[in-house]
Amino acid sequence: MADSPLLEIRDLAIHFATETGTVEAVKGISFSLQKGETLAIVGESGSGKSVTGLALTRLLPEPPTIYKSGQILLDGQDVLKKSPRELRTIRGNKIAYIFQEPSTSLNPVFTIRNQIAEAIRLHRPEVRDIDAEVIKYLDLVGIVDPAKRLHDYPHQLSGGMQQRVMIAMALSCQPELLVADEPTTALDVTIQAQIMDQLRDLKKQVNMAIILITHNFGIISGIADRVAVMFRGKIVEYGETRAVLANPQHPYTKALIQCIPQPGQKRERLTTIDHAALEAATT
Amino acid sequence: MSALFTHWLTQNLLVLAGFALIGWMLWSVSHHERWRRAWLRFKSDRSGIIALLVVCLYLLLGALEVLRFPTGGGATRTVLDLFVGHIPAEKSYSMPLAKTLLSEANPDPLKATHLLGTDALGKDVFVEVLKACKTALILGGLTAAIYIPLGTLFGLLAGYFRRRTDDLIQYLYTTLASIPTILLLVSIILVLGKGLGTMSFALGLTAWVGLCRLIRGETLRQSERPYVTAARALGQSHWKIITQHLLPNVMHLVVINFVLGFSGIVLMESVLSYLGVGTPVGTASWGNMIDSGRSELSRDPMVWWNLVSATVALFGLVLSLNLVGDSLRRAFDPKRG
Repeated sequence: MADSPLLEIRDLAIHFATETGTVEAVKGISFSLQKGETLAIVGESGSGKSVTGLALTRLLPEPPTIYKSGQILLDGQDVLKKSPRELRTIRGNKIAYIFQEPSTSLNPVFTIRNQIAEAIRLHRPEVRDIDAEVIKYLDLVGIVDPAKRLHDYPHQLSGGMQQRVMIAMALSCQPELLVADEPTTALDVTIQAQIMDQLRDLKKQVNMAIILITHNFGIISGIADRVAVMFRGKIVEYGETRAVLANPQHPYTKALIQCIPQPGQKRERLTTIDHAALEAATT
Repeated sequence: MSALFTHWLTQNLLVLAGFALIGWMLWSVSHHERWRRAWLRFKSDRSGIIALLVVCLYLLLGALEVLRFPTGGGATRTVLDLFVGHIPAEKSYSMPLAKTLLSEANPDPLKATHLLGTDALGKDVFVEVLKACKTALILGGLTAAIYIPLGTLFGLLAGYFRRRTDDLIQYLYTTLASIPTILLLVSIILVLGKGLGTMSFALGLTAWVGLCRLIRGETLRQSERPYVTAARALGQSHWKIITQHLLPNVMHLVVINFVLGFSGIVLMESVLSYLGVGTPVGTASWGNMIDSGRSELSRDPMVWWNLVSATVALFGLVLSLNLVGDSLRRAFDPKRG
């Protein structure tokens, strides 16, 4: 391998120990990510995609979470072997997150300036003029007249604006990898498109790797270089986005792609996924 | 050390520092949008505003009784004495606004008119009631200074870390709550000795349980919210998450609990005084007045003014604190936008 990958996941298995037995959430997955590359993890609810995202910096509560086997290599070092203190320097600094619900991911009692300033103070203590830095990032994520917005509280912003603030907060740490966990699911379709455009622009400007976790195949084309399709805790298909979209191999991938509504098509019932048939095909 | 603590100058400074602290706290929260909006709602609530003014009046009376100035020769007087110090003491009981002593055999004329009469020792009841504000406020303040940090911290820790920490803290407070409160209070005071300080300590040791339960529950709810995960994803430490993210989100509960709990503490003082383990005899306190008043009810003619005055004064403080607490709760209610 010419270039060592930024992130490499080898045979990762994650279990949850519950009172009624062990739940196998992720069953031995492997993938890798180069610097500046975008990977989309696509799958339905409960397929293990969010768990995978959170596991990258061990954000899942332990217990009940058990990292059964495998390695998460970030710059060649295993995240699963790090101490809590070392983990805190990875979080935000190397890997930053944006979550599904922007309205609740921002602390309701702080202004957006204070929330972004917290991230900057934590990871870039050398920054002197924090206000200017906050404005710079708010501007970067496309917030109009950011200086006037500094002292707004989260509830004074629309959902799309809140998500932009979350993105600004993540970017202000200057991470090498941004994990976007369903960043557009809670937003309406026009705002979804705006946020995806924004991410696409940012990717060009800041050269950072992105892991985009979504259930919606429709939003990944044009942003993701590669795609991993997850089903029941396993990666069932992994490859170049273009190739996967054009020629899906796994029946689940085919079914997911068929679920994207096509404009101009004859009106008919939307396709649903027949899990019983898929289960039979997968095992 | 204790000589320094009881020195009038130190006490003056403490009172001023207390008021400065309250002022600073109000000033710092006035920058928070949430508190500003709560204040706007609070202002439009007339009963809350009137109650707040009454509470402030009590606070002022308490402060006037603590603040002292030297009168020369090492002696000091309280500021309150400036206003009421000239009222002379009588020999014994007299009815409110009476011209003579109560004694039928020997109805001596009084030296002055007493608004609320005089007690067994001939002290003016009105002055005693005013002076007792100090005792009630010091007791409430000291107790709050013990139980609020304790209850808030334990509640936050239990709600945030859960598991073993939660088990341990729950074990602590359920054990404490299972002991009858009065019995526990009386035994602590009897072991440590009577006095305002030990009484506050004992009350503080038992009063944190309710607050802790409340804060724990709210923290359990808040720590499930994505902003806590987001803070962890930023690499924030547990301590910072607790103090910077969770504490401001449960702070309104602390404020309301303090206001409502304060009246309970003042009431408990009269209960303890009634049981004979309250404030030392000689210190003006509503509890002591009620305690001595109950035996005087059986006299003929009945001596009621002592008991009634103290009870009304206590009632006034408790009622207005409760009204302020209610208004605060309404003002902070997120459902009202």
